[in-house]
Amino acid sequence: MKSRLSPEGGPVTDIAMKQAPLGAETAQRASALASFKLGDRTFYWLTRSAAMGVLLLLGGIIVTLFSGAWPAMQAYGLEFLWTSRWAPQLEPQPILGALGPIYGTLLTAFIAMAIATPVGIGVAIFLTELCPVTLRRPIGMAIELLAGIPSIIYGMWGFFVLAPFLTNHFQPAMISLFEGVPVLGTIFAGPPSYLSLFNASLVLAIMVLPFITAIARDVFATVPPMLKESAYGLGCTTWEVMKNVVIPYTRVGLIGGVMLGLGRALGETMAVTFVIGNSFRINGSVFAPGTTISAAIASEFAESDGVHQSALILLGLLLFVLTFFVLAAARLMLRRLERRAGG
Amino acid sequence: MNFNKFFRTALVAGAAFGAGLGVVSQANALDITGAGATFPFPIYSKWADAYKKETGIGLNYQSIGSGAGIKQIQAKTVAFGATDAPLNIDQLKKDGLVQWPQVMGALVAIINVDGVKSGEMVLDGPTVADIYLGKIKTWDDAAIKKLNPKLNLPKAAITVVRRSDGSGTTFVWTNYLSEVSAEWKAKAGSGTAVEWPVGVGARGNEGVAGNVGQTMNSIGYVEYAYAKQSKLTYTALINNAGKTLQPTIATFQAAAANADWAKAPGYRVILTNQPGDQSWPITAGTFILMHANPADKAQANAALKFFAWAFEKGDKMAEDLDYIPMPDSVVKLIKQTWDKEIQTK
Amino acid sequence: MNALYASRRRRDFSIRVLCYAATALGLIWLALILFSLFSNGVAGLSWDVFTKMTPPPGTTDGGLANAIFGSVAMTSLGVAIGAPLGMLAGVYLAEYGRYEKLSDVVRFINDILLSAPSIIIGLFVYMAVVKPTGGFSGYAGALALAVIVVPVVVRTTEDMLLLVPNTLREAASALGLPRSLVIKRIALRAARAGVITGVLLATARVAGETAPLLFTSLSNQFWSVNMGKAMANLPVTINAFVQSPYETWRQLAWTGALLITLAVLTLNIVARVLGAERTQK
Repeated sequence: MKSRLSPEGGPVTDIAMKQAPLGAETAQRASALASFKLGDRTFYWLTRSAAMGVLLLLGGIIVTLFSGAWPAMQAYGLEFLWTSRWAPQLEPQPILGALGPIYGTLLTAFIAMAIATPVGIGVAIFLTELCPVTLRRPIGMAIELLAGIPSIIYGMWGFFVLAPFLTNHFQPAMISLFEGVPVLGTIFAGPPSYLSLFNASLVLAIMVLPFITAIARDVFATVPPMLKESAYGLGCTTWEVMKNVVIPYTRVGLIGGVMLGLGRALGETMAVTFVIGNSFRINGSVFAPGTTISAAIASEFAESDGVHQSALILLGLLLFVLTFFVLAAARLMLRRLERRAGG
Repeated sequence: MNFNKFFRTALVAGAAFGAGLGVVSQANALDITGAGATFPFPIYSKWADAYKKETGIGLNYQSIGSGAGIKQIQAKTVAFGATDAPLNIDQLKKDGLVQWPQVMGALVAIINVDGVKSGEMVLDGPTVADIYLGKIKTWDDAAIKKLNPKLNLPKAAITVVRRSDGSGTTFVWTNYLSEVSAEWKAKAGSGTAVEWPVGVGARGNEGVAGNVGQTMNSIGYVEYAYAKQSKLTYTALINNAGKTLQPTIATFQAAAANADWAKAPGYRVILTNQPGDQSWPITAGTFILMHANPADKAQANAALKFFAWAFEKGDKMAEDLDYIPMPDSVVKLIKQTWDKEIQTK
Repeated sequence: MNALYASRRRRDFSIRVLCYAATALGLIWLALILFSLFSNGVAGLSWDVFTKMTPPPGTTDGGLANAIFGSVAMTSLGVAIGAPLGMLAGVYLAEYGRYEKLSDVVRFINDILLSAPSIIIGLFVYMAVVKPTGGFSGYAGALALAVIVVPVVVRTTEDMLLLVPNTLREAASALGLPRSLVIKRIALRAARAGVITGVLLATARVAGETAPLLFTSLSNQFWSVNMGKAMANLPVTINAFVQSPYETWRQLAWTGALLITLAVLTLNIVARVLGAERTQK
């Protein structure tokens, strides 16, 4: 498993050299070997520099963002994180704070995950345990196609089709259902709005669903069949096998998959921009308009300048840091599972 | 297939493709690129199309927003920039830019109130400002009733709709609200993006129109061309002189005629709340920015030729799309400015 | 005992129903999106779409020819730049540096790039390429797309190479094949279908990207094959047209949306079928 040939392919060359017969062939052979050696070196450094290129790319992005965000960091400092006002028009110095977009980003991602996680895992259970084998591939592929649809299409569809439906049917029903109930009454407070955190969350949920399903399927496949078969043999129902064997076994991987989906939900731009309403005010209701970090950048970047623009880039940097940590956690968890499956 | 080959073919194909395209296309190097304000996008692209048919020279105008237009011309990535919010003379001097108005347009308030048709509801500046400040909360508020004694107004909450993206349209609208309401000026001010006291943000004109169209008892603002094309319900407005006006080309032109372009440095005239009996209160010019000493003289010359052509032959097209052409006297002044300030040689 | 058994069966049954419902929900969403794309987009479908330029407002005819060409050109160039780079890096991770610390870092960074918001990549290319070179260009757009292609291809190449059994490599080495040829002739060959799948998926991913093109390639009203200048492309055109008041433009936006979705989904299906053939063999 862990055999490591040296990059230059040393052993091969050495043995060949020692056993080479003397004479005209030797020179020929030596030159062939030399060209192999050169080819080996070149290819090694070519691939190595490409790998370094990936590092440079991220470095470049971070440096660029950092230099763009610097003026805003100097102007607002850490206060930027918990200031809830967003008043770019103020003279001479606008008051800008990231609390509104951070709140919107976290809330929409949270609602999206709350919807997409059970549905995504449900689909994965269906595909691995319940679905007839012939239908497994077409249905699995159809769900994965959801991930292939460009995000601007989700935005258009969300705006023209989903939002009117939600606003005219779903939202009024929820509002009247919870009216007067403490807490829930505030969360589902009216009036219904065409552009709202909830509508954005639902679009996001549809978009991350295929990611969760794909990873859940992958990690379910790591469960040794013997474990499942033993449980079935004891007379467990499908659900009991899932609940007591498969899910505990794959728990870490599942959480990793959910986090990976979360990373997607946090950074999604075009689709959210269409339906969220870009309002920086924090309102307790999920039916109120809000904004996310990426929607704020997409909406305001073109018309911004000076500190306002720098603050938008700083928002981008915050988003980058946020996704960085979420993804790092997801990767660590998935790796833990991989190690167990491998060992 | 050998992978060695595959790599090489991919690389060679990519390079050849790019290089080939670069060579093929040197022929139309005179094509002009400009970018900026969304407000005049329809008319600029209409002009560009007609100009291309007449002269064979293409002008590619992209509506990326006024702020971006200003940035692009500062960064010299385009031959000209376009903005709805004019720069002041200091900013122009600092970046070595020349500014002039190319065409004008108007904004209207649109509403969705059961039983009220276009032009039936009358509003005045302070009332609109109070609605956007969240002080007037329902359609049967005394202030609205007073202006519309004959209308049967519902006792329903007003949904305020505004642009979510930074936009020149918002600049004109908030500039108007600041003109007519001291409270608005203090609390929100004017800009391409402001701190809105209330309201739902919608993306682009389409978003605002869609929202107002779908949401009962809502109010929003769009360009007149937009309201007309999409058959939205607009309101009449009471102007600076206290007259009730309908949005028409005649009232827009009246507002434009009152402006004193000659005295404003950099033609920085904002046309909201103009005096005059027939002046529509929310009218605005949209501006072109070019470098006084352009790096690419050929491009700059081509761009100026295009604008001269548009002043000469573009009036009819502008009116067809509900824009207001610049008066001839102003065009004369602008041409003098070109000769004096832009070094094309 | 019976009561317990019944309750277990009932619970199992209801969970199964929920799983069926979840799947149905996912499929319904896909069907709904495709349905509204077809119902809105098909009406505008004609030869004009492929032969005429994007129209000025107020006219009733026009097409998307320049936007379609621009999208194809930028996507192919982006993939032509990004895919070889991604493959080389993927090869390094899987073949040379499999157990190095450096590879761990690169792998992690690559995963971050994989999920980096595409608007941030657009901003990056704007600052790093558009501003210094003095203009929007098709090249800048292609570069932004290439930045998105790289991490996708790195990951799939590495994953696919890791699936190639080590015994194959060892056998080739034992015959005296130098390392670079072991990789090129044996390992990459064995993983070929998977690597191509990865490239196709990356192509599908960038073909529909809007945000990175907004500030890099911009768009163009006319036919332009000069990638050194602002270039039309489908996503940005759709984004602009869908918000407009003009019926012709909105119709074109829906038609463009239909076209781009069909293209992207076809690429996806081809890629997956290719990938599946490999695993079945």
